[in-house]
Amino acid sequence: MKDAVHLFRFAGLFVIAFIVFLVVRGYVVPKSFGEYGHYRAAAIGEIAALPVKFAGHDACESCHTDIADTKLKGKHAHVNCEACHGALAVHAIDPTALTPTKPDTAVLCIRCHTATAAKPKDFPQVDPADHSGGAPCQTCHNPHSPAFDQGPAAAPAAGGAK
Amino acid sequence: MNISRRHLLVLLPAAAVAWKFVHAGTPEDSPNYQMSEHWWGMLIDIPKCIGCGNCVRACQTENDVPDGFFRTWVERYNVSDENMTTPTVISPDGGKEGFPIATEDGEKYFFVPKMCNHCADSPCTQVCPVGATFISPDGVVLIDQKYCLGCAYCVQACPYGCRYIHPEKKVADKCTLCYHRITKGLTTACCEACPTGARQLADLKNPKDPIHNFLKTHAVQVLKPQMATGAKAFYNGLDGSVR
Repeated sequence: MKDAVHLFRFAGLFVIAFIVFLVVRGYVVPKSFGEYGHYRAAAIGEIAALPVKFAGHDACESCHTDIADTKLKGKHAHVNCEACHGALAVHAIDPTALTPTKPDTAVLCIRCHTATAAKPKDFPQVDPADHSGGAPCQTCHNPHSPAFDQGPAAAPAAGGAK
Repeated sequence: MNISRRHLLVLLPAAAVAWKFVHAGTPEDSPNYQMSEHWWGMLIDIPKCIGCGNCVRACQTENDVPDGFFRTWVERYNVSDENMTTPTVISPDGGKEGFPIATEDGEKYFFVPKMCNHCADSPCTQVCPVGATFISPDGVVLIDQKYCLGCAYCVQACPYGCRYIHPEKKVADKCTLCYHRITKGLTTACCEACPTGARQLADLKNPKDPIHNFLKTHAVQVLKPQMATGAKAFYNGLDGSVR
């Protein structure tokens, strides 16, 4: 029977190793791991807390009501403000923190409206050089409501405007 | 400063709206968001895409995506009548600055915006050895970048090529479906910036979302359906040549 002490020592070693394992595991495994699945649930909140850069058109329209009204009546009703003006959450939170610069229509308009065979046929597209002869788009079109009757100056259509 | 009653009445609602946006900062401040009430996806309407690259630029701005890497990108397909199975596909710089002008009228062209499909049975989350990537309870495939080892198993596993190793952080990176925006009631940056409505965020658990009516009335397809990934990026008007 006195040989049994070897077994008890051995069993004790196992128990100690198991306790050490549990303690180390408690420290190493993050608190929220396994809350929803085999991952750290806290990561969801961390990703959700990242800062927003595009304010969203509701934020723009809550102040710029006049432009929103103009836009709503025109062909660009469904083009959101920041699609052209860029990310402006900084401005939406504090209008004095950042004054948005006016987009260059020479770059902006042709990005969407340059004629190419690859675009859907019903989308209005023009050959910019042929269409305006180098004149900036806003000479004839109001970008917020680009149809002629609402433009700053009524002008006859030139080139291949659809 | 003198404010008349009339001016005060005008200013108060505007101030209230502004205050709401100021305080939509962190999830604690948007307590109305319940993960169990949402199941997110995306609708991509190919006949509406004009290949302007607004979505690609918006995504890079919103999510600080490094140059040369893409969480979303746009491909231009050119399919010939004779050989439908081998289309000519281009995506210069992800379509970020648009596409070269196509002059050959009469050929079949279309644009395909691509992004993470936020698969319900995603292969990428299954291969992660440490549990650093996962499907959130509201159906968004996310990466825990503090936990990721950068082994890139997931980059290889994604059948859609939507993941990359971030060149500075050395961990996996991908589209989060703008999780930091959708949890605050905003739409994704790409949807916000799309001028034609070719991309629309869809909440499949919200009975009022127009996605339900759209899916019922249109022939909609997902990419690589044979892989049974449960993809939730629904493509309207998807051509058979798209891979």
